[in-house]
Amino acid sequence: MATEILMPALSPTMEEGTLAKWLIKEGDTVSSGDIMAEIETDKATMEFEAVDEGIVGKLLVAEGTEGVKVNDVIAILVEDGEDVPTGTGESKAEPAPAPAAEPTPEPAAAAPATPAADTSPDWDADVELKQTTVREALRDAMAEEMRRDEAVFLMGEEVAEYQGAYKISQGLLDEFGAKRVIDTPITEHGFAGIGVGAAFGGLKPIVEFMTFNFAMQAIDQIINSAAKTLYMSGGQMGAQMVFRGPNGAAARVGAQHSQDYSAWYMQIPGLKVAIPYSAADAKGLLKSAIRDPNPVIFLENEILYGKSFEVPILDDFTIPFGKAKIERAGSDVTIVSFGIGLTYALEAAEKLAEDGINAEVINLRTLRPMDTETILASVRKTNRCVTVEEGWPQGSVGGYISSVIMQQAFDYLDAPVITCTGKDVPMPYAANLEKHALLTSDEVVKACKDVTYR
Amino acid sequence: MPAKKAAAKSAKSNVSAEELLGHYREMLLIRRFEEKAGQLYGMGLIGGFCHLYIGQEAVVVGLEAAADEGDKRITSYRDHGHMLACGMDPKGVMAELTGREGGYSKGKGGSMHMFSKEKHFYGGHGIVGAQVPLGAGLAFADKYKGNDRVTFTYFGDGAANQGQVYETYNMAELWDLPVVFVIENNQYAMGTSVQRSTKSPSMWKRGVAYGIPGEEVDGMDVLAVKTAGERAIKHCRSGKGPYILEVKTYRYRGHSMSDPAKYRTREEVQKVRDERDPIEHVRELLLTGKHATEDDLKAIDKEIKAVVNEAAEFAKESPEPALDELWTDIYATEVQQEA
Ligand SMILES: Cc1ncc(C[n+]2csc(CCOP(=O)(O)OP(=O)(O)O)c2C)c(N)n1
Ligand SMILES: [Mg+2]
Repeated sequence: MATEILMPALSPTMEEGTLAKWLIKEGDTVSSGDIMAEIETDKATMEFEAVDEGIVGKLLVAEGTEGVKVNDVIAILVEDGEDVPTGTGESKAEPAPAPAAEPTPEPAAAAPATPAADTSPDWDADVELKQTTVREALRDAMAEEMRRDEAVFLMGEEVAEYQGAYKISQGLLDEFGAKRVIDTPITEHGFAGIGVGAAFGGLKPIVEFMTFNFAMQAIDQIINSAAKTLYMSGGQMGAQMVFRGPNGAAARVGAQHSQDYSAWYMQIPGLKVAIPYSAADAKGLLKSAIRDPNPVIFLENEILYGKSFEVPILDDFTIPFGKAKIERAGSDVTIVSFGIGLTYALEAAEKLAEDGINAEVINLRTLRPMDTETILASVRKTNRCVTVEEGWPQGSVGGYISSVIMQQAFDYLDAPVITCTGKDVPMPYAANLEKHALLTSDEVVKACKDVTYR
Repeated sequence: MPAKKAAAKSAKSNVSAEELLGHYREMLLIRRFEEKAGQLYGMGLIGGFCHLYIGQEAVVVGLEAAADEGDKRITSYRDHGHMLACGMDPKGVMAELTGREGGYSKGKGGSMHMFSKEKHFYGGHGIVGAQVPLGAGLAFADKYKGNDRVTFTYFGDGAANQGQVYETYNMAELWDLPVVFVIENNQYAMGTSVQRSTKSPSMWKRGVAYGIPGEEVDGMDVLAVKTAGERAIKHCRSGKGPYILEVKTYRYRGHSMSDPAKYRTREEVQKVRDERDPIEHVRELLLTGKHATEDDLKAIDKEIKAVVNEAAEFAKESPEPALDELWTDIYATEVQQEA
């Protein structure tokens, strides 16, 4: 009996990987525990061990192939004397083009009745574009700003020699050296405070939290020291710095590692809060964040790190804070979202279009300052609004947005604002429960149908 | 001061009369300033929390005497003494206490939150222990820039039990940061005596676990503080990393103005005042060494009183901040100049 060897998932968020190296060749005998291949995940290079015994009948994926999807057949084991069954796995085994682009939802081509919405990109039409992952975009943004300004440096756990727990800082240590790319001990409270002090002293730190879950240990320094000092000093000194890292649910990591802090930080005067969706957002916003003279909370998302988007090839591409992007124009309902919420919002908009409902999708990009003007202008047109976020319902970003709409566009509303959020529970581990706890695009579709009375 | 006295040496060590008089004057300024602040508080001109430094004057005066131009300092909410000792204007400090436009933070910081970029004073922090990593961060910035400045990071015996202090010790030593950690051990954290908060009462020794040298210092003796400060600075400036000074001192007043101080006896306080007062100590040195007469010292006293009264007047006269100040200084609009 031939055994199919499948591309393994070697991290909670891995969807595809690179088959870096085969350590076996056709005709070899393998037994369980033998290392068969080296596979690069979105985080690290891992060794892949055999579980079954057999003779390597065929290697279906060539060494160096990028973008091999999890669960694709990569090799066939046969028993002694057995032939490789024809057709096995071959249809899936073609090397994916590199880099493997996630299909990004097309902006609505057919949105005739919506003259006001400006969905133009953040760059001129003649600018060349490059498919880039969010991960690469973040790295490029930091590298460009570090080249530009000697006062910018990166500190955090595993940012230097390990190249980043999520590989965001890959290559930075090589280029900038240990003075500017600094591994810290596991002491969030302490190193966040040292970062703030360094900013008081005139440097421009980028403090990476391995994830924002761990920034709770440092939140006093973020809020009491970084955000308030400019005010308390009557404008004499503040903290020009960025706190960044992945925020929100990853996948199957349970309650303590899966929380969206958007609404928390959004509340604090003195902080700015940016939350990119696409790679272009990530690059343009992070460069702006590093240059901003205030402390900026920069909320990334682990699941988005590996996704590819078009990023303009420009010497200096920045996105201003406080300017939302209309990802898709529409006339029937306004969907407001940010960060990974856009995944659900855009998916829902596609489904709604099939039913003849034309949704306008707004990507906030910064939560503080928040571009409420763009939200209000859209709501005045569509008369309905649905907000979409992964965080919890009570004290949510959507709750704030709906209060703004009520106070400033009440007369335009034809239906109550619906806030689509994550469920009001700690994140469960079990796969089925986790799925239920998270937001789905179907929930967004339903909310949009409710507010349009369809 | 007559010139002949300025050149004379004190009975103790090789200290000049001029230097002793300088210490005397600065400590007295802090004491009179704090007494005045206490008065203004009683009159309702100062609100909220107000933590007086009376009794601890020798700590900041001794260490400032050891510091050089460009060195930095950061401390907790018990900060008036530090500001006066590093040369900030008593008028601006007092006007901040009264919440007026002429205060160092335009009235928006108050007693616990004051700053002076010009004097390299980085606050004034209300969260117990938070200034410790901040101070190490200032030192980090100096090391990064490649200068030889040193940062004095002051904190209390209560703060010394905060976890972030030890996170900071570890990184400061790991990265050889030029920071002097000054534990102002005044024996109480609000109402909790050191004996009731730890079984390892020798606080500087905790640094040994991280490889940081340190020592205990008599914080009621300004000359001892200065000498220890010089040792600490030399260590830091030569690139050897941080140093810890545990300065044994005592606060005479309550923790803040609203503290009934039931946790210690009147006699305990009186005994320190009588036997270890830092200002009396220098006064004695000046008189017994014949560096100054009673009249000389009275003249200084009068001078200081005038400075303090002027500060109080300014703090009363300075208008409250304009209402639109509510909305300023929340966000910086341009990049701050390097310190
Ligand atoms: C994190 C934190 N916890 C509690 C307080 C309340 N508090 C203010 S001062 C203080 C005592 C601190 O004592 P110590 O560090 O010895 O300094 P001292 O007041 O003696 O100068 C406490 C508990 C605070 N400000 N911050
Ligand atoms: Mg104390």
